[in-house]
Amino acid sequence: MIVKRDKLNFWERLYLPAIIGGFKVTLRHFFKKKITMQYPEEKWVVPPGYRGAPYLVKDQEDRTKCVSCQLCEFVCPPKAIRITPPGPAGSPEAGNVEKAPKEFEINMLRCIFCGFCQEVCPEEAIFLMQDYSLTGTSRKEMIYNKEKLLALGGVHQDKIQKWKQKADEAKEQGVKP
Amino acid sequence: MMASIQNLIADNHFVVFSALKVVVVIFLALLPMVAYAVLAERKISAYIQDRLGPNRVALPLISSIPIIGPFLTKLGFWQPMVDGVKSFLKEDFTPAHVRKVYFWLAPAITLIPAFLTVAVIPFGSTLGNEKMVIADLDVGILYTFGIVSLGVYGIVLAGYAANSKYPFLGGIRSSAQMISYEIAMGLSVIPVFLLVGNLNLSSVIGYQTGLLHILGATMPLPNWLAFKQPLAFLIFWVAAFAETNRLPFDLPESETELVGGYNTEYSSMKFALFFMGEYANMITSSAMMVTLFLGGWTLPFWGLDQPATSIPMGLAHIGIFIGKMLCFMVVFIWVRWMLPRFRYDHLMDLGWRRFIPLTLANILVTAFILWVKR
Amino acid sequence: MSATPTTETKPAPPAVETIKVKVDGKEIAVPKTMPDPLTGKPVPTTMIQACALATVDVPHYCYHPKLPVVGNCRMCLVEFGTPAMGPDRKPVINPDGTPKIAKSPRPAIACATPISPGMEIYTTTPGVKQMREGVLEFLLINHPLDCPICDQAGECKLQEYSVDYGQATSRFVEEKVHKPKQVDLGPRIVLDDERCILCTRCIRFSKDIAGDDALGIVNRGSYNTLSAYPGKAFDNNYTLNTVDICPVGALTSKDFRFKMRVWFLKETKSVCTSCATGCNIVIGSREEKIYRYEPRENDAVNSCWMCDTGRLNYKWIGSENRLTEVRIGKETTTWTNALKEISGKLANVKAGSVAMVASARQTNEELFLLAKLGKKFNALTDSVPRMQEGDKLLVSADRNPNSNGAKLTGISPAQMGSNLPKIAEGIRNGSIKTLIVFGEDVTKHGIGADLLGKLETLIVSEILPNKTTELAHYILPGCAHAEKRGSFVNGKGRVQRFLKAVEPKGDARPEWEFLHELVYQVTGQNGFASIEGLFNQMAQEVPAFNGVTWAALGDTGVTIQI
Repeated sequence: MIVKRDKLNFWERLYLPAIIGGFKVTLRHFFKKKITMQYPEEKWVVPPGYRGAPYLVKDQEDRTKCVSCQLCEFVCPPKAIRITPPGPAGSPEAGNVEKAPKEFEINMLRCIFCGFCQEVCPEEAIFLMQDYSLTGTSRKEMIYNKEKLLALGGVHQDKIQKWKQKADEAKEQGVKP
Repeated sequence: MMASIQNLIADNHFVVFSALKVVVVIFLALLPMVAYAVLAERKISAYIQDRLGPNRVALPLISSIPIIGPFLTKLGFWQPMVDGVKSFLKEDFTPAHVRKVYFWLAPAITLIPAFLTVAVIPFGSTLGNEKMVIADLDVGILYTFGIVSLGVYGIVLAGYAANSKYPFLGGIRSSAQMISYEIAMGLSVIPVFLLVGNLNLSSVIGYQTGLLHILGATMPLPNWLAFKQPLAFLIFWVAAFAETNRLPFDLPESETELVGGYNTEYSSMKFALFFMGEYANMITSSAMMVTLFLGGWTLPFWGLDQPATSIPMGLAHIGIFIGKMLCFMVVFIWVRWMLPRFRYDHLMDLGWRRFIPLTLANILVTAFILWVKR
Repeated sequence: MSATPTTETKPAPPAVETIKVKVDGKEIAVPKTMPDPLTGKPVPTTMIQACALATVDVPHYCYHPKLPVVGNCRMCLVEFGTPAMGPDRKPVINPDGTPKIAKSPRPAIACATPISPGMEIYTTTPGVKQMREGVLEFLLINHPLDCPICDQAGECKLQEYSVDYGQATSRFVEEKVHKPKQVDLGPRIVLDDERCILCTRCIRFSKDIAGDDALGIVNRGSYNTLSAYPGKAFDNNYTLNTVDICPVGALTSKDFRFKMRVWFLKETKSVCTSCATGCNIVIGSREEKIYRYEPRENDAVNSCWMCDTGRLNYKWIGSENRLTEVRIGKETTTWTNALKEISGKLANVKAGSVAMVASARQTNEELFLLAKLGKKFNALTDSVPRMQEGDKLLVSADRNPNSNGAKLTGISPAQMGSNLPKIAEGIRNGSIKTLIVFGEDVTKHGIGADLLGKLETLIVSEILPNKTTELAHYILPGCAHAEKRGSFVNGKGRVQRFLKAVEPKGDARPEWEFLHELVYQVTGQNGFASIEGLFNQMAQEVPAFNGVTWAALGDTGVTIQI
């Protein structure tokens, strides 16, 4: 398709309309309210559903919700997650859940905040929270370990609490959970 | 001791005061003006784009003064200082493929002509016994054009020395552009000197005193050449944009096509020299326009159009000159956001096919009128 | 190498009559009988076997090709039809000349229904799909769905078939029946009864294959529970096979439990080195760490099984105190330096003053190269025999994986170990001045530290440190079988190759690699720098291997005459 360009008339060829138009626009903006946000003092309100840094959560009974199924490690596109499973001894502190991560590391330098880990997690143990500005002075510092992730993640108000439910049911039926 | 010094000063009166003027004008006036022109550009640009611009740099003691301290900080008043420090501290990277000698020479060659032009501009009437011009040459305007035409070498050299395609294109563009517009610029001021009858810039200012007379009637306008020669003024003004590589004629730099144009390969202080050169050029162009078309340091009332008889009046003249200049600076900055960049053929078309014929016609008409009036 | 691969030396099986059946419209000829997995006697071919021959997958839980059929999971239900018979007992013919098929009104379990001539099996009909969905829904009624903490996840049949036939949501609103979890069944097995789908594969394996009738189902209905015989530990030497055959995560290995998810494991085909049987295995490794061995099917060697001892014998490979440095005396050095110095020493020795003890755990290729070296010096060579009690299933009395290789390459005499006292005597009387030891601690086999101290040169290649390496003048760190490629000859003369799963630790190098350099420097004979070439060269030079090639070994090996 050929777009035909109209010939400019004499008035337009003087460039004056363009100059005046440009002046009007710039003048209007000059006196407009400024939208700059003074970052460290003012902070952006993160919308719900924002994908910030992934953190681990505990349930209401202070149990690490992660059971180290390693699905997030598997699905993680940049391989930022590294989980050390508990090994044959299991995790006695986890009760009827049997399993909890011995170590859980997320390399925040590698993480691309895609949210696959949250999506794949069968235990609702990892969530992309609202932190978007992660800093550190060394690469090592940017590898967050289990303690740090749990401290940052806080408590998840789980409505279903499937493991507790399972334990209660088993108890009711007289079976050692 | 004191006597001997006074003797020395008296014996070498011209040398001492010229040196003093050079130091004051270049280092205490022009360089800070360049620095704050950059700040003005950043602030005005920011405001036009709904931003705030630099508002962070605070000096430890001054920023704790109530009202003034925070105001200066918000204004970005200290920003030029840290910008300068940054330019010095940044890594000065010289790419392996450049022609070293020219690469190092180019920034200096850009900056020096801009500073040299200031020499002949009368930035005030008198201060005491001293004329407020570094060199009151009788061929002032010729000198100016001679020096200004050197400015193109810096950019062409930068483009050539960098030995890579974008700077090279930028250099070629600037050579054609600056030479073209120098012709239009030069021709546009000829009617001014036809009217003044002298090439001395102080004479040009002297000519512009009083109010404007047209066909015997006195107009409520100053007797400035901008009103007598509006076409010449307009063409000179537009050509000044092209000469300083400012938008809408910044084709040598044109980031969108040429990365950074002639200064693509430069970094650190060498880049800063180009940057300073551009702003120094803007300042001298503004000063030229004020002198040639807006009556220099004069104002047509309260007797401000006569050489100063007292020190306060001399200072007032300098203030008037600087004030007029700053208006032009703001226009320089503002136009940047008003107009898009010209296409290269449009630029050449405007220079060669519009301005040069117009200026020639202007010369003939002016000469004809003068011939008739004689 | 253009030699044809040797074929099996077994007599050809007698010709079996074939019958034609159609599986999903595709007609194939199927043997009328197939050998029973336990007795080997011919029994009628079943529909599931016919489907397998037609490469049609029929989902199943309780059926296992190496176990007796019980047909209790009902997952393999298929629809079928047989040629219709008229009142005259003759096949009814359609107008287009094909026999009319009378479709059975009821489905049949494919694992236990024999085929008949002209039978048509349908595995893709909507009815079949519906039946599979129904069976699966029932199996999942009491299943705890704790895949996140289940070791079987990733290789679980319940998961796999749920993807194909499962429902997105459960219709079961009642409370699930809870059963014991984390039941300690034996020293190596943990049982989770909730996950069990009661296929009884483990029971059949223990009873019929391992001969240890330790497991059984107790209670009734929904409360059916797998359990060990009270007071009897489930601790025979084959218990871990039940973990392999368990289609779900009910039986898990204590050793592998919660160690690594199976989908991360890289699987490398290898051979077990714990005895002369040479069970075929798959090594599961991730990031240069070995996590488990699993048996690999090879009907000529180990069927689908392996013993627990062999399966758990992998931990030493990742041991912390592995030899990882090349040493001259106590000084760490480089391979180039060490090999140069060794070859310099060996160039000056008198023929007959060298002895060599090479392990029957070395590969054929390594033993072949060592034999070359030995021949040059007319050396006295031997290996160390390891005879212990075997069992009737898989464990061989000979615990060396490659005794036959040592004999065939000429390293060890017909009576393995008979040269060891001669070597000891030679050192004692000073006729042997140089001893080369590969992979053995000779101090435990009659050549004590005092004798080793008399030697002028003691060259030792080992994987783990021991008394001999302490006294060695040269230490060349070697590789475990999982870190290199090579081949073994098992007790029955089957040449089997194994592949590299993990990188060697530190400076350790595969023995055949540096032996190749050493042989070249000492004898001037250049050989192949690749394991394929080296094996093929050996196959030409060692009579017993004639005609075998590396490529012909395949995954399951080739039997040679020993």
